[in-house]
Amino acid sequence: MKHEETIISGFGGQGALFAGQLLAYSGMAEAMHVTWIPSYGPEMRGGTANCTVIVSDEEIGAPIIRYPTCAVVLNLPSMQKYEPLVKPGGVLIVNESLVDIQSARDDIRVITLPASDIATALGNPRMANLVALGALAQATGLVALETVAAQLEAHLSERQRKWLEPNKAALQKGAELAR
Amino acid sequence: MSVAVNIPENMDLIYKYPDALTEVSTHYCPGCVHGIVHRMVGEVIDELGIRGQTIGVAPVGCAVLAYKYFDVDFVEAAHGRALAMATGIKRVNPDKVVFTYQGDGDLAAIGTAETVHAANRGEFLTTIFINNAIYGMTGGQMAPTTLPGMVTTSSPTGRDCAVAGYPIQMSEILAQTAGAAYVTREMALDMPSIVKTKKAIKRAFQCQIAGLGFACVEVLATCPTNWNQDPWASLEWAKESMTEHFPLGTFKMTDAVKALKWRD
Amino acid sequence: MAKELLKGNVAFAEAALRNGLEAYFGYPITPQSEALEHLSGRMIEEGRVFLQAESEVAAINMVYGAASSGVRTMTSTSGPGLALMAEGLSYIAGSEVPAVVVNIMRGGPGLGNIQPSQADYFFMTKTAGHGDFHPIVLAPSSVQEIIDMVGLAFDLADKYRTLVLIAGDGSIGQMMESAELPPMQPLRPEPDRPDWAIVGAEGRAPNLITSLYLGAQNLEAVNLRLQAKLQEIRENEVRYQEYEVEDAELLLVAYGTVGRICTTVVREARKAGKKVGLLRPQTLWPFPDARLAELGARVRGVLVAEMSAGQMLEDVERAIARQAPVRFHGRMGGVVPMVDEILADLDKLDEETR
Repeated sequence: MKHEETIISGFGGQGALFAGQLLAYSGMAEAMHVTWIPSYGPEMRGGTANCTVIVSDEEIGAPIIRYPTCAVVLNLPSMQKYEPLVKPGGVLIVNESLVDIQSARDDIRVITLPASDIATALGNPRMANLVALGALAQATGLVALETVAAQLEAHLSERQRKWLEPNKAALQKGAELAR
Repeated sequence: MSVAVNIPENMDLIYKYPDALTEVSTHYCPGCVHGIVHRMVGEVIDELGIRGQTIGVAPVGCAVLAYKYFDVDFVEAAHGRALAMATGIKRVNPDKVVFTYQGDGDLAAIGTAETVHAANRGEFLTTIFINNAIYGMTGGQMAPTTLPGMVTTSSPTGRDCAVAGYPIQMSEILAQTAGAAYVTREMALDMPSIVKTKKAIKRAFQCQIAGLGFACVEVLATCPTNWNQDPWASLEWAKESMTEHFPLGTFKMTDAVKALKWRD
Repeated sequence: MAKELLKGNVAFAEAALRNGLEAYFGYPITPQSEALEHLSGRMIEEGRVFLQAESEVAAINMVYGAASSGVRTMTSTSGPGLALMAEGLSYIAGSEVPAVVVNIMRGGPGLGNIQPSQADYFFMTKTAGHGDFHPIVLAPSSVQEIIDMVGLAFDLADKYRTLVLIAGDGSIGQMMESAELPPMQPLRPEPDRPDWAIVGAEGRAPNLITSLYLGAQNLEAVNLRLQAKLQEIRENEVRYQEYEVEDAELLLVAYGTVGRICTTVVREARKAGKKVGLLRPQTLWPFPDARLAELGARVRGVLVAEMSAGQMLEDVERAIARQAPVRFHGRMGGVVPMVDEILADLDKLDEETR
């Protein structure tokens, strides 16, 4: 049975909420139940933004959780907040471009990758979210990478259209690093 | 609902009870001008032939029972909310004629926001605003329009403007809004002013029917009961004192309103 | 219709439109503003009435006006806005015009915050305005359910000529979930407006919409009639959902977001071998008194969970009527109770009643 409770967190503008939506769309596309719930307080104005995404074969009860099975941390404050909360056996994806501390956890799988640097190399540092999402999809096997790519194509806004291919490349690169 | 009268062949009917009014005795005090203004509104509805298309909005205040006296569809709004409610009605009945009939407490105190914004949106509504400088129904308390020094049950030593603020000039305020097409202050205190007021009321209804914007006719009126004056003295006092603080005149009339053709 | 990933606020707004919403009046307030934003575009596209009012006071009175004309109309808001609407809610109830108001609850009192809360329970079910009345109060726990309840709300409002409130909370409004929207219903044609509506008295005696009845006997008669209608609603419109109550020894009672959180609590407790069930009220008024009384007679204990200091708790206690101990788990200020903390209180109740 597939069931993952994921928190994706970063600075406002890093695309944590959009990455979460892509994960939810992908879960739906694979006929699973999904919920996506954002932090929507004043912190979304330039501070940290996070969302909780649950993707499950079962109907989802609690949409808000204390201990995620996966966490994607795109910046240092997110690392400090969520690293200790990941359930044993879970997955932590760390953007080491902006997180200069190491996880001390030995009961979870920690994947550390320079997401922002990779994104910058691909043309835009704001694609770090897709690098991390690629790593998450690869590490958990929750949704297929092709599904995420297809949902990206379906839901990337008109304004961002020119970034479709670089975003797909970011997704691939993240997945490769998580293998 | 007019009384059946046999008119001899060599005579014309020149005066009758308006069809748009019900033949019910009003609850207004002796000497009150509400009845006169009701009649003018009724005559205008008749003359424009819109009785079946008209929806009235009654206020909270002395005219709270206005719906009993008009033979048209009516709603009773919450205190001050007549123009918000009228907005809701007009927006879903754009082909109907919607008017509010409000006093100074209703329109100029508790309902100031609703009034200013309805005017500013240019709602196709007609407002009849009765200003008698006092809260009548609740027993003569100070109104936003009470004159400086005027004694009321809640300003027993006279309105002290340093404490209670100044008489608010709603027509002047409403005239500033871009959505208002026609804003005028009249009085219903003697025959010439009554004739003039009726023309203004008719213009305000025509303004709505022609879709020209918001129209408000402020009518200076009396309250002999709460002013502690006899009806005649109250008319004289209003003409002298109220017009000093509430100058008569048309504060806004767009060219389109000016160009309206009178339709009788 | 296919399932889509929909945000709660957008979903209920679009569902309202598809259920024949003819006029929407509202004022921005977090966490429901996406509903107003969505309708600002969609209503105009469909040639219907959308108006951003100058205040919630104005918005509810615009709704009152449109409702008096016999069209489907609504507004949506959050606690501080609902407080401003209290006057209009009472007039709508007193004049018996159908209207729907969605409240996406946030933390209070005062300006509070914008996080999810259920602290408007008393306000919505018992004191929505001055005078004797209850609105029907529906409590959705998912995006799909808020969609379905909007349609139900309009139907109930029309059927009983009553006010219907939808008690959502910040997380229902902000959450995205896969859900299916209803098909588009046509608007009610103008000639089909109810015969009591004010649309101009052409060819008939004038209609009057009022809540003013001078004379104590008159107003008492009106109140008795209103109460008879409320009784009919009590008898016919109670709605709730049950999970695993058949053999339950311990009963959870929770609604809305907390209700769905408690489905996870039930699953976890059952995994640990505890016979736990959940009753989730879908109508907060009328309240499922009778069913709770039945369950109260056969369970060892009851745990109520809410995002408040214990508001629905009072109704549960009344319904259970001391047949079993009733305990409470509440979080306030926008804090959402977590599964583990409810489980811990359930353990305590288990020990206490063993």
